[in-house]
Amino acid sequence: MSSALSAPELLDLLGHFMLLSLLAVGGAITAASDMQRYLVAEHGWISDAQFTASIAIAQAAPGPNVLFVAVLGWNVAGLPGMVATLAGILLPSTLLTLSVTRWTARHREARGVRAFTTGMAPLTLGLLLATGWVLADPLVRDPDHRAATLGLVAVTIAVMLRTRLGPMWLIALGAVVGGVAMR
Amino acid sequence: MNADDAGLVAPTSPRDLFLSFNRLALQGFGGVLPVAQVELVERKRWLSRAQFLELLSVSQVLPGPNIVNLALIFGDRHFGWRGALAAIGGLMLAPLAIVMALTLLYARFDEWSVVAGALRGMGAVAAGLVVATGLKLVGTLRSNAMGPIACALAALAAFGLIAIVRVPLAAVIFGLGVPAVAWAWWKLPR
Repeated sequence: MSSALSAPELLDLLGHFMLLSLLAVGGAITAASDMQRYLVAEHGWISDAQFTASIAIAQAAPGPNVLFVAVLGWNVAGLPGMVATLAGILLPSTLLTLSVTRWTARHREARGVRAFTTGMAPLTLGLLLATGWVLADPLVRDPDHRAATLGLVAVTIAVMLRTRLGPMWLIALGAVVGGVAMR
Repeated sequence: MNADDAGLVAPTSPRDLFLSFNRLALQGFGGVLPVAQVELVERKRWLSRAQFLELLSVSQVLPGPNIVNLALIFGDRHFGWRGALAAIGGLMLAPLAIVMALTLLYARFDEWSVVAGALRGMGAVAAGLVVATGLKLVGTLRSNAMGPIACALAALAAFGLIAIVRVPLAAVIFGLGVPAVAWAWWKLPR
């Protein structure tokens, strides 16, 4: 993190993350493999282990998963690096999202807009279920963690569908069960 | 309009947006989406389940983080630029501070196996939360104009291609999205 980049290098970092911002349909995590290629393989600014740890830390903290991008930037070049990666990943998609949704809000009843939201709704649902699957899959494949993982997933689904308990309490339960039984 | 829409309210101010998105972000370990559904639909009653799914669909198709897009669109809808900034600020600022604090402490956490185990347990719960969010939204498809069979096919195909076959997301969105939207266009009343 002390490896301060030169101004042109910082601009390159900003530019690359701005490009990824527009390509990352479905969330920043979908562009993570390209970030690894750019930061580790092409420039050697951080190591593979630092890259993986950056993602793990962001997932352990509350908040949007996109924050792993800030950790990457910090590990590359401290505060200027963090500003470059975070601004880069957020600004272009933010401007695009606002202009597109303002347009669709004015044409909400247009048949094309209704066809779009109607047609995409089941896909969105399938993608949500797939995300759950992809998150659990590596833990389920590990024989040491399979039983605890399946148990936690089942309890979580049952509690969420049957009660109004906040998700935070389930996360706390997961931390305790994991700390005891999933070492 | 359906029965689901009864009793919906609107956020009262950008400050209300900031505080609500801050509250849901700070509960969102391993993903904010399940918490967003609980807070925005069930607790605040700002959106019906169907409206939430519609907003999520749009957020998912546009580039950028889904939950950030969702906050931007929702904030913008109510208070324009100020609302968008308030929602995204509430979503990002406090979690960013926490993530950076964890980054600075990471070297010490690293070697404790209890911490690694706790992270795995939290990951398993995060997976269950996302699945539960999906299951809660299944009912909203009953009123979808595409009909139950087309809806089930589209949802199962999206799930299978991403979870089992591991096709890149952009390919799935274009490959399934174009036929699904075309089918919806054809089935919708003119």
